[in-house]
Amino acid sequence: MKFASSVIMSSFMPLLGDVCQGVGGSILQIMGAIGRLTLFALEAVFHVLTPPYFFRHVLRQFLDIGFYSLPVVGMTALFTGMVLALQSYTGFSRFNAESAIASVVVLSITRELSPVLAGLMVAGRVGASIAAEIGTMRVTEQIDALTTLSVNPLKYLIAPRMLAGTLMLPILVFVGDIIGVYGGYIVSTHVLGFSSGNYLHQTWDVLENIDVASGLIKAAAFGFIVALMGCYHGYNSGRGAQGVGMATTNAVVTASILILIFNYLLTQVFFS
Amino acid sequence: MSVQNKIELRNVKKAFGEKKVLDGVSLSVERGKSLVIIGGSGTGKSVTLKCILGLLKPDSGSILIDGMETSKLGGSERDHLMKKFGMLFQGGALFDSLPIWQNVAFGLIHGKRRAKDEARAIAIEKLKAVGLGENVANLYPAELSGGMQKRVSLARAIATGPEIIFFDEPTTGLDPIMADVINELIVNCVKDLGATALTITHDMASARKIADHVAMIHQGKIIWAGAVTDLDKSGNPYVEQFIHGRAHGPITDQAA
Repeated sequence: MKFASSVIMSSFMPLLGDVCQGVGGSILQIMGAIGRLTLFALEAVFHVLTPPYFFRHVLRQFLDIGFYSLPVVGMTALFTGMVLALQSYTGFSRFNAESAIASVVVLSITRELSPVLAGLMVAGRVGASIAAEIGTMRVTEQIDALTTLSVNPLKYLIAPRMLAGTLMLPILVFVGDIIGVYGGYIVSTHVLGFSSGNYLHQTWDVLENIDVASGLIKAAAFGFIVALMGCYHGYNSGRGAQGVGMATTNAVVTASILILIFNYLLTQVFFS
Repeated sequence: MSVQNKIELRNVKKAFGEKKVLDGVSLSVERGKSLVIIGGSGTGKSVTLKCILGLLKPDSGSILIDGMETSKLGGSERDHLMKKFGMLFQGGALFDSLPIWQNVAFGLIHGKRRAKDEARAIAIEKLKAVGLGENVANLYPAELSGGMQKRVSLARAIATGPEIIFFDEPTTGLDPIMADVINELIVNCVKDLGATALTITHDMASARKIADHVAMIHQGKIIWAGAVTDLDKSGNPYVEQFIHGRAHGPITDQAA
Protein backbone atom coordinates (compact mmCIF):
# COMPACT_ATOMS: atom_id res chain seq x y z
CA MET A 1 0.00 0.00 0.00
CA LYS A 2 2.74 2.34 0.96
CA PHE A 3 4.62 1.29 -2.14
CA ALA A 4 1.63 1.97 -4.38
CA SER A 5 1.06 5.45 -3.00
CA SER A 6 4.68 6.38 -3.44
CA VAL A 7 4.50 5.24 -7.06
CA ILE A 8 1.42 7.39 -7.57
CA MET A 9 3.08 10.32 -5.84
CA SER A 10 6.28 10.03 -7.82
CA SER A 11 4.43 10.04 -11.12
CA PHE A 12 1.96 12.68 -9.97
CA MET A 13 4.32 15.20 -8.41
CA PRO A 14 6.09 16.30 -11.61
CA LEU A 15 2.69 16.75 -13.27
CA LEU A 16 1.46 18.79 -10.32
CA GLY A 17 4.61 20.86 -10.57
CA ASP A 18 3.98 21.52 -14.26
CA VAL A 19 0.40 22.56 -13.59
CA CYS A 20 1.40 24.88 -10.74
CA GLN A 21 4.15 26.40 -12.84
CA GLY A 22 1.76 26.94 -15.72
CA VAL A 23 -0.90 28.55 -13.54
CA GLY A 24 1.61 30.64 -11.61
CA GLY A 25 3.37 31.71 -14.79
CA SER A 26 0.23 32.90 -16.49
CA ILE A 27 -0.95 34.73 -13.36
CA LEU A 28 2.40 36.51 -13.20
CA GLN A 29 2.06 37.36 -16.88
CA ILE A 30 -1.44 38.75 -16.43
CA MET A 31 -0.36 40.80 -13.41
CA GLY A 32 2.62 42.11 -15.38
CA ALA A 33 0.38 43.11 -18.28
CA ILE A 34 -2.06 44.90 -15.97
CA GLY A 35 0.83 46.74 -14.35
CA ARG A 36 2.32 47.83 -17.66
CA LEU A 37 -1.07 48.91 -18.96
CA THR A 38 -1.73 50.96 -15.82
CA LEU A 39 1.64 52.69 -16.05
CA PHE A 40 1.02 53.41 -19.72
CA ALA A 41 -2.42 54.84 -18.94
CA LEU A 42 -1.07 57.05 -16.13
CA GLU A 43 1.73 58.34 -18.32
CA ALA A 44 -0.70 59.05 -21.15
CA VAL A 45 -3.04 60.97 -18.82
CA PHE A 46 -0.06 62.92 -17.50
CA HIS A 47 0.83 63.94 -21.05
CA VAL A 48 -2.78 64.91 -21.80
CA LEU A 49 -2.70 67.32 -18.88
CA THR A 50 0.76 68.88 -19.28
CA PRO A 51 2.13 71.16 -22.05
CA PRO A 52 3.20 71.35 -24.80
CA TYR A 53 -0.16 70.68 -26.42
CA PHE A 54 -0.47 69.66 -30.05
CA PHE A 55 -3.76 71.40 -30.78
CA ARG A 56 -3.84 70.56 -34.46
CA HIS A 57 -3.44 66.89 -33.66
CA VAL A 58 -6.17 67.02 -31.05
CA LEU A 59 -8.56 68.66 -33.54
CA ARG A 60 -7.63 66.11 -36.19
CA GLN A 61 -8.42 63.29 -33.74
CA PHE A 62 -11.71 64.95 -32.75
CA LEU A 63 -12.62 64.74 -36.43
CA ASP A 64 -11.35 61.19 -36.96
CA ILE A 65 -12.73 59.68 -33.80
CA GLY A 66 -15.82 61.83 -33.35
CA PHE A 67 -17.20 63.22 -36.55
CA TYR A 68 -16.34 60.34 -38.86
CA SER A 69 -17.88 57.84 -36.43
CA LEU A 70 -21.24 59.58 -36.61
CA PRO A 71 -22.64 57.54 -39.52
CA VAL A 72 -21.76 54.22 -37.90
CA VAL A 73 -23.05 55.20 -34.47
CA GLY A 74 -26.13 56.85 -35.96
CA MET A 75 -27.09 53.81 -38.02
CA THR A 76 -26.53 51.50 -35.09
CA ALA A 77 -28.71 53.63 -32.81
CA LEU A 78 -31.44 54.08 -35.40
CA PHE A 79 -31.94 50.41 -36.12
CA THR A 80 -31.54 49.42 -32.48
CA GLY A 81 -34.31 51.83 -31.51
CA MET A 82 -36.50 50.54 -34.33
CA VAL A 83 -36.05 46.88 -33.51
CA LEU A 84 -36.54 47.55 -29.80
CA ALA A 85 -39.97 49.02 -30.49
CA LEU A 86 -40.88 46.13 -32.75
CA GLN A 87 -39.71 43.43 -30.35
CA SER A 88 -41.23 44.93 -27.22
CA TYR A 89 -44.53 45.30 -29.07
CA THR A 90 -44.70 41.58 -29.84
CA GLY A 91 -44.01 40.84 -26.18
CA PHE A 92 -46.10 43.52 -24.49
CA SER A 93 -49.15 43.20 -26.68
CA ARG A 94 -49.82 39.80 -25.08
CA PHE A 95 -50.35 41.56 -21.75
CA ASN A 96 -52.04 44.65 -23.17
CA ALA A 97 -49.04 46.64 -22.01
CA GLU A 98 -48.27 48.40 -25.26
CA SER A 99 -48.03 51.72 -23.43
CA ALA A 100 -44.76 50.54 -21.87
CA ILE A 101 -43.01 50.44 -25.25
CA ALA A 102 -41.97 54.09 -25.17
CA SER A 103 -40.40 53.72 -21.75
CA VAL A 104 -38.63 50.49 -22.67
CA VAL A 105 -37.18 52.11 -25.76
CA VAL A 106 -36.00 55.30 -24.13
CA LEU A 107 -34.56 53.69 -21.01
CA SER A 108 -32.81 50.86 -22.85
CA ILE A 109 -31.34 53.24 -25.36
CA THR A 110 -30.07 55.93 -23.01
CA ARG A 111 -28.91 53.70 -20.18
CA GLU A 112 -27.46 50.72 -21.97
CA LEU A 113 -27.70 50.23 -25.68
CA SER A 114 -26.53 53.55 -27.00
CA PRO A 115 -23.34 53.68 -24.88
CA VAL A 116 -22.50 49.99 -25.19
CA LEU A 117 -23.22 49.61 -28.89
CA ALA A 118 -21.56 52.92 -29.74
CA GLY A 119 -18.59 51.84 -27.63
CA LEU A 120 -18.33 48.51 -29.44
CA MET A 121 -18.72 50.07 -32.88
CA VAL A 122 -16.10 52.70 -32.10
CA ALA A 123 -13.83 49.98 -30.71
CA GLY A 124 -14.06 48.28 -34.08
CA ARG A 125 -13.71 51.42 -36.14
CA VAL A 126 -11.40 53.67 -34.14
CA GLY A 127 -9.60 51.24 -31.82
CA ALA A 128 -8.50 49.16 -34.79
CA SER A 129 -7.33 52.12 -36.82
CA ILE A 130 -5.41 53.62 -33.88
CA ALA A 131 -3.67 50.30 -33.22
CA ALA A 132 -2.85 49.77 -36.90
CA GLU A 133 -1.55 53.31 -37.40
CA ILE A 134 0.58 53.46 -34.27
CA GLY A 135 1.68 49.84 -34.73
CA THR A 136 2.88 50.62 -38.25
CA MET A 137 4.71 53.67 -36.94
CA ARG A 138 6.39 51.45 -34.35
CA VAL A 139 7.38 48.84 -36.93
CA THR A 140 8.76 51.38 -39.41
CA GLU A 141 10.74 53.10 -36.61
CA GLN A 142 8.71 56.32 -36.90
CA ILE A 143 8.17 56.26 -33.14
CA ASP A 144 11.92 55.99 -32.54
CA ALA A 145 12.37 58.80 -35.05
CA LEU A 146 10.05 61.02 -32.99
CA THR A 147 12.20 60.39 -29.93
CA THR A 148 15.40 61.26 -31.78
CA LEU A 149 13.77 64.50 -32.93
CA SER A 150 13.16 65.45 -29.28
CA VAL A 151 9.43 64.87 -29.41
CA ASN A 152 7.85 62.56 -26.86
CA PRO A 153 5.73 60.03 -28.77
CA LEU A 154 3.32 59.71 -25.86
CA LYS A 155 2.65 63.41 -26.00
CA TYR A 156 2.55 63.68 -29.78
CA LEU A 157 0.70 60.48 -30.73
CA ILE A 158 -1.00 59.02 -27.68
CA ALA A 159 -2.28 62.01 -25.70
CA PRO A 160 -4.38 63.54 -28.53
CA ARG A 161 -6.06 60.20 -29.20
CA MET A 162 -6.81 59.54 -25.55
CA LEU A 163 -8.27 63.01 -25.12
CA ALA A 164 -10.35 62.75 -28.29
CA GLY A 165 -11.65 59.28 -27.42
CA THR A 166 -12.73 60.34 -23.94
CA LEU A 167 -14.43 63.54 -25.05
CA MET A 168 -15.94 62.43 -28.35
CA LEU A 169 -17.72 59.24 -27.35
CA PRO A 170 -20.14 61.02 -24.96
CA ILE A 171 -21.09 63.36 -27.80
CA LEU A 172 -21.57 60.42 -30.16
CA VAL A 173 -23.68 58.65 -27.56
CA PHE A 174 -25.80 61.73 -26.98
CA VAL A 175 -26.52 61.92 -30.70
CA GLY A 176 -27.12 58.15 -30.64
CA ASP A 177 -29.64 58.59 -27.81
CA ILE A 178 -31.67 61.04 -29.87
CA ILE A 179 -31.51 58.97 -33.05
CA GLY A 180 -32.29 55.72 -31.20
CA VAL A 181 -35.38 57.15 -29.51
CA TYR A 182 -36.40 58.60 -32.84
CA GLY A 183 -36.04 55.13 -34.42
CA GLY A 184 -38.41 53.70 -31.82
CA TYR A 185 -40.77 56.59 -32.43
CA ILE A 186 -40.85 56.00 -36.19
CA VAL A 187 -41.69 52.30 -35.85
CA SER A 188 -44.25 52.92 -33.10
CA THR A 189 -46.11 55.64 -34.97
CA HIS A 190 -45.80 54.38 -38.55
CA VAL A 191 -45.81 50.60 -38.15
CA LEU A 192 -47.49 49.93 -34.83
CA GLY A 193 -50.09 52.67 -35.09
CA PHE A 194 -49.33 54.68 -31.93
CA SER A 195 -50.35 58.29 -31.74
CA SER A 196 -47.33 60.51 -31.98
CA GLY A 197 -48.34 62.76 -29.08
CA ASN A 198 -48.97 59.86 -26.72
CA TYR A 199 -45.68 58.19 -27.55
CA LEU A 200 -43.65 61.34 -26.97
CA HIS A 201 -45.56 62.04 -23.79
CA GLN A 202 -44.77 58.57 -22.44
CA THR A 203 -41.14 58.98 -23.42
CA TRP A 204 -40.76 62.27 -21.54
CA ASP A 205 -42.66 61.00 -18.52
CA VAL A 206 -40.33 58.16 -17.79
CA LEU A 207 -37.02 59.75 -18.74
CA GLU A 208 -34.90 61.21 -15.94
CA ASN A 209 -31.63 63.09 -15.99
CA ILE A 210 -29.70 60.22 -14.45
CA ASP A 211 -30.67 57.95 -17.36
CA VAL A 212 -28.95 60.15 -19.90
CA ALA A 213 -26.15 61.28 -17.59
CA SER A 214 -25.18 57.73 -16.62
CA GLY A 215 -25.05 56.78 -20.28
CA LEU A 216 -22.78 59.72 -21.07
CA ILE A 217 -20.42 58.95 -18.19
CA LYS A 218 -20.27 55.36 -19.37
CA ALA A 219 -19.49 56.67 -22.84
CA ALA A 220 -16.55 58.70 -21.55
CA ALA A 221 -15.18 55.61 -19.83
CA PHE A 222 -15.65 53.51 -22.98
CA GLY A 223 -13.99 56.17 -25.13
CA PHE A 224 -11.02 56.17 -22.78
CA ILE A 225 -10.86 52.36 -22.93
CA VAL A 226 -11.03 52.24 -26.73
CA ALA A 227 -8.31 54.85 -27.21
CA LEU A 228 -6.14 53.35 -24.48
CA MET A 229 -6.33 49.83 -25.94
CA GLY A 230 -5.66 51.05 -29.46
CA CYS A 231 -2.68 53.12 -28.33
CA TYR A 232 -1.26 50.54 -25.92
CA HIS A 233 -1.36 47.61 -28.33
CA GLY A 234 -0.16 49.72 -31.25
CA TYR A 235 2.67 51.22 -29.22
CA ASN A 236 3.85 47.79 -28.11
CA SER A 237 3.25 46.18 -31.47
CA GLY A 238 5.40 43.23 -32.49
CA ARG A 239 7.51 43.16 -35.62
CA GLY A 240 6.25 43.15 -39.17
CA ALA A 241 2.80 42.88 -40.69
CA GLN A 242 1.95 40.02 -38.37
CA GLY A 243 2.79 42.10 -35.30
CA VAL A 244 0.58 44.95 -36.44
CA GLY A 245 -2.25 42.54 -37.27
CA MET A 246 -2.02 41.00 -33.83
CA ALA A 247 -1.93 44.43 -32.19
CA THR A 248 -5.08 45.44 -34.06
CA THR A 249 -6.93 42.28 -33.09
CA ASN A 250 -5.88 42.60 -29.46
CA ALA A 251 -6.91 46.24 -29.36
CA VAL A 252 -10.43 45.50 -30.58
CA VAL A 253 -10.95 42.35 -28.50
CA THR A 254 -9.63 43.74 -25.22
CA ALA A 255 -11.48 47.04 -25.69
CA SER A 256 -14.77 45.21 -26.40
CA ILE A 257 -14.46 42.95 -23.39
CA LEU A 258 -13.41 45.77 -21.08
CA ILE A 259 -16.38 47.82 -22.31
CA LEU A 260 -18.78 45.01 -21.37
CA ILE A 261 -17.16 44.51 -17.96
CA PHE A 262 -17.06 48.21 -17.13
CA ASN A 263 -20.62 48.60 -18.36
CA TYR A 264 -21.74 46.15 -15.71
CA LEU A 265 -19.63 47.76 -12.99
CA LEU A 266 -20.82 51.29 -13.82
CA THR A 267 -24.45 50.19 -14.00
CA GLN A 268 -24.07 48.71 -10.55
CA VAL A 269 -22.65 52.00 -9.30
CA PHE A 270 -25.43 54.12 -10.83
CA PHE A 271 -28.55 52.04 -10.30
CA SER A 272 -28.13 49.94 -7.18
CA MET B 1 41.59 64.26 -21.22
CA SER B 2 38.94 61.72 -22.06
CA VAL B 3 36.47 64.51 -22.91
CA GLN B 4 38.30 64.47 -26.23
CA ASN B 5 35.99 61.52 -26.92
CA LYS B 6 32.56 62.64 -28.02
CA ILE B 7 31.08 59.21 -27.40
CA GLU B 8 32.49 56.58 -25.12
CA LEU B 9 31.06 53.19 -24.20
CA ARG B 10 32.50 51.21 -21.31
CA ASN B 11 31.65 47.58 -20.91
CA VAL B 12 28.01 47.99 -21.99
CA LYS B 13 25.88 44.88 -21.54
CA LYS B 14 22.38 44.21 -22.70
CA ALA B 15 20.40 40.97 -22.71
CA PHE B 16 16.90 40.17 -23.92
CA GLY B 17 15.74 37.37 -21.64
CA GLU B 18 18.34 34.64 -21.88
CA LYS B 19 19.95 36.06 -24.96
CA LYS B 20 23.02 38.22 -24.35
CA VAL B 21 23.12 40.66 -27.24
CA LEU B 22 25.79 43.01 -25.94
CA ASP B 23 28.42 41.27 -23.86
CA GLY B 24 30.61 44.13 -22.73
CA VAL B 25 30.94 46.59 -25.60
CA SER B 26 33.63 49.25 -25.18
CA LEU B 27 34.37 51.80 -27.85
CA SER B 28 35.02 55.48 -28.30
CA VAL B 29 34.53 58.06 -31.02
CA GLU B 30 36.68 61.16 -31.12
CA ARG B 31 35.08 64.56 -31.59
CA GLY B 32 34.50 65.33 -35.25
CA LYS B 33 35.50 61.85 -36.39
CA SER B 34 33.47 59.16 -38.11
CA LEU B 35 33.37 55.67 -36.67
CA VAL B 36 31.82 52.82 -38.60
CA ILE B 37 30.79 49.69 -36.74
CA ILE B 38 30.78 46.66 -39.01
CA GLY B 39 29.48 43.21 -38.25
CA GLY B 40 27.03 40.59 -39.45
CA SER B 41 23.31 40.60 -38.88
CA GLY B 42 22.25 39.95 -35.30
CA THR B 43 25.66 40.72 -33.77
CA GLY B 44 24.37 43.67 -31.74
CA LYS B 45 25.05 46.63 -34.04
CA SER B 46 21.54 48.05 -33.88
CA VAL B 47 21.25 47.42 -30.16
CA THR B 48 24.50 49.31 -29.56
CA LEU B 49 23.11 52.26 -31.48
CA LYS B 50 19.78 52.17 -29.69
CA CYS B 51 21.51 52.05 -26.31
CA ILE B 52 23.51 55.19 -27.12
CA LEU B 53 20.37 56.92 -28.34
CA GLY B 54 18.52 55.92 -25.18
CA LEU B 55 15.85 53.98 -27.08
CA LEU B 56 17.01 50.94 -25.10
CA LYS B 57 18.38 50.92 -21.57
CA PRO B 58 21.60 48.92 -21.12
CA ASP B 59 21.67 46.40 -18.26
CA SER B 60 25.08 47.59 -17.11
CA GLY B 61 28.11 49.58 -18.19
CA SER B 62 28.34 53.27 -18.93
CA ILE B 63 27.71 55.45 -21.96
CA LEU B 64 29.41 58.84 -21.92
CA ILE B 65 28.47 61.69 -24.24
CA ASP B 66 30.89 64.62 -23.95
CA GLY B 67 32.25 62.92 -20.86
CA MET B 68 28.81 62.84 -19.19
CA GLU B 69 27.16 59.62 -18.07
CA THR B 70 23.90 59.27 -20.00
CA SER B 71 22.78 55.69 -19.63
CA LYS B 72 20.56 56.50 -16.65
CA LEU B 73 19.13 59.80 -17.86
CA GLY B 74 15.40 60.14 -18.24
CA GLY B 75 12.70 62.74 -18.68
CA SER B 76 13.73 66.28 -19.55
CA GLU B 77 17.48 65.62 -19.31
CA ARG B 78 17.10 62.90 -21.92
CA ASP B 79 15.01 65.25 -24.09
CA HIS B 80 17.73 67.86 -23.79
CA LEU B 81 20.43 65.35 -24.73
CA MET B 82 18.40 64.27 -27.76
CA LYS B 83 18.81 67.75 -29.22
CA LYS B 84 22.48 66.90 -29.81
CA PHE B 85 21.54 63.87 -31.89
CA GLY B 86 20.47 63.29 -35.44
CA MET B 87 19.59 59.89 -36.77
CA LEU B 88 19.18 58.37 -40.20
CA PHE B 89 17.02 55.28 -39.87
CA GLN B 90 17.48 52.21 -41.99
CA GLY B 91 14.01 52.38 -43.53
CA GLY B 92 13.99 56.18 -43.55
CA ALA B 93 11.26 56.28 -40.90
CA LEU B 94 9.71 59.35 -42.50
CA PHE B 95 6.35 60.39 -41.05
CA ASP B 96 4.01 59.31 -43.80
CA SER B 97 1.20 61.60 -42.67
CA LEU B 98 3.32 64.71 -43.19
CA PRO B 99 4.59 66.33 -46.41
CA ILE B 100 8.32 66.18 -47.10
CA TRP B 101 9.19 69.68 -45.92
CA GLN B 102 7.42 69.13 -42.61
CA ASN B 103 9.32 65.90 -42.19
CA VAL B 104 12.60 67.71 -42.65
CA ALA B 105 11.51 70.64 -40.48
CA PHE B 106 10.01 68.43 -37.77
CA GLY B 107 12.88 68.76 -35.32
CA LEU B 108 13.04 72.51 -35.93
CA ILE B 109 9.32 73.09 -35.39
CA HIS B 110 8.73 70.74 -32.46
CA GLY B 111 12.14 70.27 -30.90
CA LYS B 112 13.61 73.74 -31.35
CA ARG B 113 10.34 75.70 -31.53
CA ARG B 114 11.20 77.65 -34.66
CA ALA B 115 8.56 79.56 -36.59
CA LYS B 116 7.01 77.64 -39.47
CA ASP B 117 8.17 79.90 -42.31
CA GLU B 118 11.70 79.92 -41.02
CA ALA B 119 11.64 76.14 -40.57
CA ARG B 120 10.32 75.69 -44.09
CA ALA B 121 13.12 77.81 -45.53
CA ILE B 122 15.72 75.77 -43.65
CA ALA B 123 14.04 72.53 -44.75
CA ILE B 124 14.21 73.54 -48.41
CA GLU B 125 17.85 74.54 -48.01
CA LYS B 126 18.60 71.12 -46.45
CA LEU B 127 16.73 69.37 -49.23
CA LYS B 128 18.95 71.20 -51.70
CA ALA B 129 21.99 70.03 -49.76
CA VAL B 130 20.96 66.42 -50.40
CA GLY B 131 20.22 67.11 -54.07
CA LEU B 132 16.45 67.47 -53.97
CA GLY B 133 14.60 70.41 -55.47
CA GLU B 134 11.88 72.55 -53.98
CA ASN B 135 9.33 70.65 -56.07
CA VAL B 136 9.38 67.66 -53.71
CA ALA B 137 8.71 69.80 -50.63
CA ASN B 138 4.95 69.39 -50.78
CA LEU B 139 4.89 65.74 -51.79
CA TYR B 140 4.30 62.94 -49.30
CA PRO B 141 6.93 60.27 -48.49
CA ALA B 142 4.96 57.52 -50.25
CA GLU B 143 5.29 59.46 -53.53
CA LEU B 144 9.11 59.24 -53.49
CA SER B 145 11.43 56.41 -54.50
CA GLY B 146 13.51 54.58 -51.90
CA GLY B 147 16.65 56.54 -52.73
CA MET B 148 14.85 59.86 -52.50
CA GLN B 149 13.28 58.88 -49.19
CA LYS B 150 16.75 58.13 -47.89
CA ARG B 151 17.89 61.58 -48.96
CA VAL B 152 14.93 63.22 -47.26
CA SER B 153 15.69 61.23 -44.15
CA LEU B 154 19.29 62.42 -44.31
CA ALA B 155 18.08 66.01 -44.70
CA ARG B 156 15.89 65.53 -41.62
CA ALA B 157 18.80 64.10 -39.64
CA ILE B 158 21.03 67.11 -40.36
CA ALA B 159 18.31 69.80 -40.27
CA THR B 160 18.71 70.68 -36.60
CA GLY B 161 22.49 70.90 -36.90
CA PRO B 162 23.19 67.99 -34.53
CA GLU B 163 26.59 67.46 -32.91
CA ILE B 164 26.35 63.70 -33.34
CA ILE B 165 24.73 61.90 -36.25
CA PHE B 166 23.89 58.21 -36.28
CA PHE B 167 23.50 56.28 -39.49
CA ASP B 168 21.75 52.91 -39.40
CA GLU B 169 22.63 50.95 -42.53
CA PRO B 170 22.48 54.05 -44.74
CA THR B 171 23.00 52.18 -48.02
CA THR B 172 20.92 49.06 -47.46
CA GLY B 173 18.32 48.54 -50.17
CA LEU B 174 19.82 51.05 -52.60
CA ASP B 175 21.41 50.39 -55.96
CA PRO B 176 25.23 50.78 -56.03
CA ILE B 177 25.15 54.19 -57.64
CA MET B 178 22.55 55.61 -55.28
CA ALA B 179 24.47 54.01 -52.41
CA ASP B 180 27.58 55.92 -53.46
CA VAL B 181 25.60 59.14 -53.78
CA ILE B 182 24.32 58.69 -50.24
CA ASN B 183 27.83 57.90 -49.00
CA GLU B 184 29.14 61.10 -50.53
CA LEU B 185 26.29 63.10 -49.04
CA ILE B 186 27.03 61.62 -45.65
CA VAL B 187 30.72 62.51 -45.90
CA ASN B 188 29.93 66.06 -47.02
CA CYS B 189 27.16 66.68 -44.52
CA VAL B 190 29.22 65.44 -41.61
CA LYS B 191 32.17 67.55 -42.74
CA ASP B 192 30.03 70.67 -43.22
CA LEU B 193 28.48 70.34 -39.80
CA GLY B 194 31.73 69.32 -38.15
CA ALA B 195 29.68 66.62 -36.52
CA THR B 196 30.74 63.36 -34.98
CA ALA B 197 29.33 60.38 -36.86
CA LEU B 198 28.59 56.82 -35.85
CA THR B 199 27.48 54.45 -38.56
CA ILE B 200 26.53 50.81 -38.49
CA THR B 201 26.66 48.89 -41.71
CA HIS B 202 27.66 45.64 -43.34
CA ASP B 203 28.36 47.33 -46.65
CA MET B 204 32.17 47.43 -46.89
CA ALA B 205 32.28 49.90 -49.78
CA SER B 206 30.23 52.29 -47.71
CA ALA B 207 32.36 51.69 -44.60
CA ARG B 208 35.58 52.46 -46.47
CA LYS B 209 34.13 55.64 -47.88
CA ILE B 210 32.70 57.23 -44.76
CA ALA B 211 34.90 55.91 -41.95
CA ASP B 212 37.83 57.47 -40.16
CA HIS B 213 37.86 54.54 -37.79
CA VAL B 214 36.32 51.10 -38.00
CA ALA B 215 35.25 48.76 -35.22
CA MET B 216 34.06 45.24 -35.77
CA ILE B 217 31.45 43.75 -33.48
CA HIS B 218 31.01 40.01 -33.14
CA GLN B 219 28.86 38.14 -30.64
CA GLY B 220 28.25 41.26 -28.58
CA LYS B 221 31.89 42.30 -28.28
CA ILE B 222 34.17 44.63 -30.18
CA ILE B 223 36.80 42.27 -31.56
CA TRP B 224 38.82 44.77 -33.57
CA ALA B 225 39.07 48.54 -33.81
CA GLY B 226 41.44 50.74 -35.76
CA ALA B 227 41.88 53.33 -38.47
CA VAL B 228 40.18 52.56 -41.76
CA THR B 229 43.60 52.56 -43.41
CA ASP B 230 44.61 49.64 -41.20
CA LEU B 231 41.54 47.61 -42.09
CA ASP B 232 43.31 45.48 -44.67
CA LYS B 233 46.24 44.70 -42.40
CA SER B 234 44.24 43.95 -39.27
CA GLY B 235 45.65 40.45 -39.03
CA ASN B 236 42.36 39.46 -37.42
CA PRO B 237 40.85 36.39 -39.08
CA TYR B 238 37.29 37.51 -38.23
CA VAL B 239 37.82 40.90 -39.83
CA GLU B 240 39.53 39.27 -42.80
CA GLN B 241 36.58 36.97 -43.40
CA PHE B 242 34.06 39.78 -43.03
CA ILE B 243 35.67 42.40 -45.25
CA HIS B 244 36.25 39.87 -48.00
CA GLY B 245 32.80 38.37 -47.60
CA ARG B 246 33.95 34.75 -47.49
CA ALA B 247 31.48 31.99 -46.74
CA HIS B 248 34.13 30.03 -44.82
CA GLY B 249 36.16 31.28 -41.90
CA PRO B 250 36.14 31.67 -38.13
CA ILE B 251 32.77 33.50 -38.04
CA THR B 252 30.83 30.80 -39.86
CA ASP B 253 32.79 27.94 -38.29
CA GLN B 254 31.81 29.22 -34.87
CA ALA B 255 28.16 29.50 -35.81
CA ALA B 256 28.12 25.91 -37.06
